[in-house]
Amino acid sequence: MSASNVQIRPSDLDDASQRELATFLEQEQAKARLQTSTHTFTEMCWDKCVTGSIGGRFSRSEESCLVNCVDRFLDTSLFIVKKLEQQRGA
Amino acid sequence: MSFLSSSSAGSLDMQAKKEAVMQQVQQELALANAQELINKMNSKCYDKCIPKPGSSLSSSEEKCLSNCMERYMEAFNIVSATYVKRVSKEREAALGATTF
Repeated sequence: MSASNVQIRPSDLDDASQRELATFLEQEQAKARLQTSTHTFTEMCWDKCVTGSIGGRFSRSEESCLVNCVDRFLDTSLFIVKKLEQQRGA
Repeated sequence: MSFLSSSSAGSLDMQAKKEAVMQQVQQELALANAQELINKMNSKCYDKCIPKPGSSLSSSEEKCLSNCMERYMEAFNIVSATYVKRVSKEREAALGATTF
């Protein structure tokens, strides 16, 4: 059976299968959100870290810049959330 | 046709349909992911390698584009691994913090 253009209605599935599908879709959506963020970070960190000419491989500093770029962005995100919570608490 | 064989044939059909839907969803998401990667790669590598567009791509521009494609995918993999590692770490830390 080809996987394209599968037509399916909820009534085609029993309750257990519907739940299984719902869980599956949730997981795939979570994965897709991670992928989208990865694309955004790659673009952002490319701009920050790959500033010189393009070679046959990354330099050690370019590689560590990419890693730091992601970690510091997430640190920033956590910092902002924490600060806002502090301000709201005060 | 016995009662048993007709009902098991029905559930086999349901199983097959369910798996087909799951496969279709994964394929569509994989395609969207690949398109996103290609579009961004196109944009970044054009910026890097073709600063002054001529009347055709020179061989040095093509060489730059080839390198750039590899570098961009490498960057994507580095970023992806770092991000996933960090998400796992934060999740573990959050779970650890909730145990008394």
